[in-house]
Amino acid sequence: MKKTIAALMTAAALTGGAAQAQISGDEVKIGVLTDMSGVYNAIAGQGSRVAALMAVEDFGGKVLDKPIRIVSADHQNKPDVASSTAREWIDEDGVDMITDMVTSSVGIAVQKIASAKGVITINTGAGSTALTNEECTPLGIHYAYDTYALAAGAVKPVIAAGGDKWYFITADYVFGHSLEKNGAEMVKASGGEVVGSVRHPFPSTDFSSYLLQAQGSGADVIALANAGQDTTNAVRQAGEFGIGRGDQQLVGLLVFSSDVKSLGLKTAQGLQFVDSWYWDMNDETRAWAKRFEERTGSKPTSVHAANYSVVTQYLKAVEAAGTDEGKAVREQLGKMTMNDMYHKNATLREDGRVMHDMYLMKVKAPNESESEWDLLTVVDTVPAERAFQPLSQSTCKLVKQ
Amino acid sequence: MNAILVQAMLGLNNGAFYAMLSLGLAVIFGLLNIVNFAHGAFYMLGAFVALIGLTQFGGWIGVPDLQVNFWWALLLAPLVVGLIGMLVERTMLRRLSGLDHLYGLLLTFGIALVLQGFFANFYNTAGTPYPGKPEILEGVTDLGFMMFPTYRLFALVFSLVVCFATWFMIERTKLGAILRAGTENPKLVEAFGVNVPLLVTLTYGFGVGLAALAGVLAAPIYSVSPLMGADMIIVVFAVVVIGGMGSIMGSIVTGLSLGMIEGITKVVYAPASSTVVFLIMAVVLLMRPAGLFGRE
Repeated sequence: MKKTIAALMTAAALTGGAAQAQISGDEVKIGVLTDMSGVYNAIAGQGSRVAALMAVEDFGGKVLDKPIRIVSADHQNKPDVASSTAREWIDEDGVDMITDMVTSSVGIAVQKIASAKGVITINTGAGSTALTNEECTPLGIHYAYDTYALAAGAVKPVIAAGGDKWYFITADYVFGHSLEKNGAEMVKASGGEVVGSVRHPFPSTDFSSYLLQAQGSGADVIALANAGQDTTNAVRQAGEFGIGRGDQQLVGLLVFSSDVKSLGLKTAQGLQFVDSWYWDMNDETRAWAKRFEERTGSKPTSVHAANYSVVTQYLKAVEAAGTDEGKAVREQLGKMTMNDMYHKNATLREDGRVMHDMYLMKVKAPNESESEWDLLTVVDTVPAERAFQPLSQSTCKLVKQ
Repeated sequence: MNAILVQAMLGLNNGAFYAMLSLGLAVIFGLLNIVNFAHGAFYMLGAFVALIGLTQFGGWIGVPDLQVNFWWALLLAPLVVGLIGMLVERTMLRRLSGLDHLYGLLLTFGIALVLQGFFANFYNTAGTPYPGKPEILEGVTDLGFMMFPTYRLFALVFSLVVCFATWFMIERTKLGAILRAGTENPKLVEAFGVNVPLLVTLTYGFGVGLAALAGVLAAPIYSVSPLMGADMIIVVFAVVVIGGMGSIMGSIVTGLSLGMIEGITKVVYAPASSTVVFLIMAVVLLMRPAGLFGRE
């Protein structure tokens, strides 16, 4: 093995070009580590794998003349399962980059392991800002959205419209805590007040109790700091009790288009939230979404689109760096301006945060919707500088303050 | 005080679902000696039969206008799922009779995983809304101390009626007497001319039918999702263990009261609400290993 490397290096030195690819294992292997069976399966899951495969196809199936392979696995939303899969992928299968990692606890665990082993992680599924703050790593990248961006985009317009007193219903794990913390800070910074919060076990099915506690709290706004099936169940049950129809307003801090689809427009109409992408934004997104739907039977979520973008940009970086070695590719990504159907003029910061615009979306009323997947309108664009936590507030040790 | 009452009422609502599910488990365990781990999957199946009947079945058979509405689903889903259950009992479970409990447990657990995986393959795991809540059950009812959704009130009363009717049938009627005798001494009951194997099949069908009925009732409240049974089954098993394996009244009373305790925990200290049932289970097992209503 050592001899081969030496020979390769000599060869590279002789031909004098970085184009003499240094591709480990003679192929570029990308791992999609996602929830294939649990509550986040509809947001990420199989669709994430399909999106990654589409990116490889569009790239031509080869980078630096070496084949590209996508592998995928179910992490069951469990950090321990995810960690052992990541170790196996890196140590035995030679995986060069891991993406998706929906569920914050999974994202944090895998990012730590992979970085220590020199492998890039690009997280599209998890929300916790810890990934780019206290848990930040040299090779960990947070790509799509985070809890700061969700709160930053969603809180201000609600307070501006008169919703001053907030109550949080929070999923009791790292993602929910992070979302509640960012939300509460944003509420206070915008002149509002947090009157209370309740933490529910993750996942839960019955939210009536929490909703009634929130109703009795005297809050103007009931904010749901949870995700996926927890959010849809909470919104549906709020409807049952007539919560969110009168003086009190219901705000979902993390909602995906698949959740809106699951709720149905009748229940979800008027709900506002922030997301990084929606299939019906322009011709480019519509064209890609159509191809995706042909393969999966449903329109893509923002996480699916982000996975496509991640694989595309990663492969571009590998090509430009002339190697799939983690550090070099990370450096290359940091120098690039990323443009594809998912985002425009996106850049990567030293804390691992990818900077791009976010969008404030509103769920359409049933009579405004023209087709099965015609769910949202984009109300506002939140520019990247406002959407994400400024570097000056970062607690990431890689950021020089 | 009012807040506690409100939470207790909500808890009772969940408790009614626990009661109906654990009742089916208790019946099956009491009469067949099978630890039915597939119970959650049959609950899920009940909800899916209702959903498919309403939104898809007509299209499948070429009559797109045909919709099996909620009321028909309440009747038909338990029948359909009960029949599937009987098929499972006849073709698979029967072969395990006389073997250790573990075999039945493994088989039913496997069946649950297969059913769950099957539906996860075709349906969204984020859950699909059940759009067929009947008009007259929309809205809220004033209970004096709170506004309670009419549908939940209906589900609560309906499941209580079903639970107590089941208890009455097993403990107070001749049919129930034969069933109970059949479990004590099948040979002797057969000597009286009773077809015990048929009785066993019907009982299993009835038990899973109850689970399916609970599934139909749950469909308009929760999303219909392939995972809905898996979320429920662990708590329901705890209920059965606390009540005493096989005790009919035990599972009803325990189901209702644990629902209420869980509801009150959600106000007192919400993060403990998913653990409190198991805490009680541990204490009960230490003090009374046979459960609250079980006999040694």
